[in-house]
Amino acid sequence: MIERLDLADVAIRRGGRLLFERLSLNLAAGEACALTGANGAGKTSLLRAVCGLVPLEAGTVGFGGLDLTEARSSGLHLVGHQDGLKPARTTREELGFWSRWCGGDAAAQAEAARALDLGPLLDLEVRRLSAGQRKRLALARLIAAPRSLWLLDEPLSPLDAGWRARFGEMMAAHLKGGGLILAAVHDPLPIPAKTLEIKA
Amino acid sequence: MSRLSTLLARETALAWGRGGGPLVSVGFYAGVATLLPLGIGPEPTRLAAIALGASWVALALASLLSLDRLFERDYEDGALDHLALSPVPLELTCAVKCLGQWLATGAPLALAAPIAAIGLGAKFDQTPLILACALIGGLAFAFAGGIGAALSLGARRGGLLTAVIVLPLFVPPVIFGGGALSAFATGLPWTGGFILLAAYAAAAIALGPIAMAAACRNALS
Repeated sequence: MIERLDLADVAIRRGGRLLFERLSLNLAAGEACALTGANGAGKTSLLRAVCGLVPLEAGTVGFGGLDLTEARSSGLHLVGHQDGLKPARTTREELGFWSRWCGGDAAAQAEAARALDLGPLLDLEVRRLSAGQRKRLALARLIAAPRSLWLLDEPLSPLDAGWRARFGEMMAAHLKGGGLILAAVHDPLPIPAKTLEIKA
Repeated sequence: MSRLSTLLARETALAWGRGGGPLVSVGFYAGVATLLPLGIGPEPTRLAAIALGASWVALALASLLSLDRLFERDYEDGALDHLALSPVPLELTCAVKCLGQWLATGAPLALAAPIAAIGLGAKFDQTPLILACALIGGLAFAFAGGIGAALSLGARRGGLLTAVIVLPLFVPPVIFGGGALSAFATGLPWTGGFILLAAYAAAAIALGPIAMAAACRNALS
């Protein structure tokens, strides 16, 4: 289980352009960090670099001494703009597949459906969901397969005010249980959080 | 294991629906098998001579059809990120995707192959070997084809690129399978070609996923 996230002097280069350099962050269990910066500053790239999907130009990513591959493969969730949901499959199929793929059991899956109020949507195809409903289905993975580090890319953007508040409660509960959150946002997070601004 | 079985179920379901799935592949196969006599001429003796080879080549072409979408959709919608971030090695994930592709299109095509061959004038006693070659060759086509599908990720008009990358990889199984079939039809020893076809399929299953996983990682980074 991931209990720390340490970024030391991280630099990322994308398409020949240096997005940022010398970025450092230390996050302990129970802490959240809001990642801010202009469009194209590299927020999404940083989240993907923490997952190991994007190579670092310089610096290191550490999870408190845990094996990197193991921590990335079973210790974190990435919820980004690209949710990986298939339009032609039903909410039930997609929720079921991704919960099982992430290692969640049936009880946690039912809990996720309840927490994000997916019950009425289960038999709908993903293509019929609104942007906010679809986001809730993507966020359901967080509950369906509990993992300690949440990497969220603008998790609040398509949610309405009520759901922003409810997801804020979920994030608060996750932190209380010893979780960590790194979220790229444009609006402030509804929970107490550090701020890390990415500047070129 | 439960992860792999749930992935196989998803991949088969997705491949079943991808670009029309088995119906379109089998329909295309039937179309090619029907066009051949129109081009070559309708004399039964001439058709019977090429029936086995023609149905075999048409099978290779038909298995190209839905291949280009094997990784592309998961890449475009971000599912490949989540598939890669898992305790399951990406190589194994790629292998399961290819197996799903084979179950959804390769196996139905293999069932259609003896029918197409008979329609072109092959003899009934040749059908078991056609079916066996099509089943094993289908595995080779799916796993060798997956390499092309993964390599063309992120390219514009990746479908055409996939076909261009994959067709050379299809040359050995087409030669081995075609050789076994024509040897069998003329009463010569046919097991050599058949064993080579099976060996190629085994090599594609063993080595293909390594190449696919490397290409996927490269596309994601």
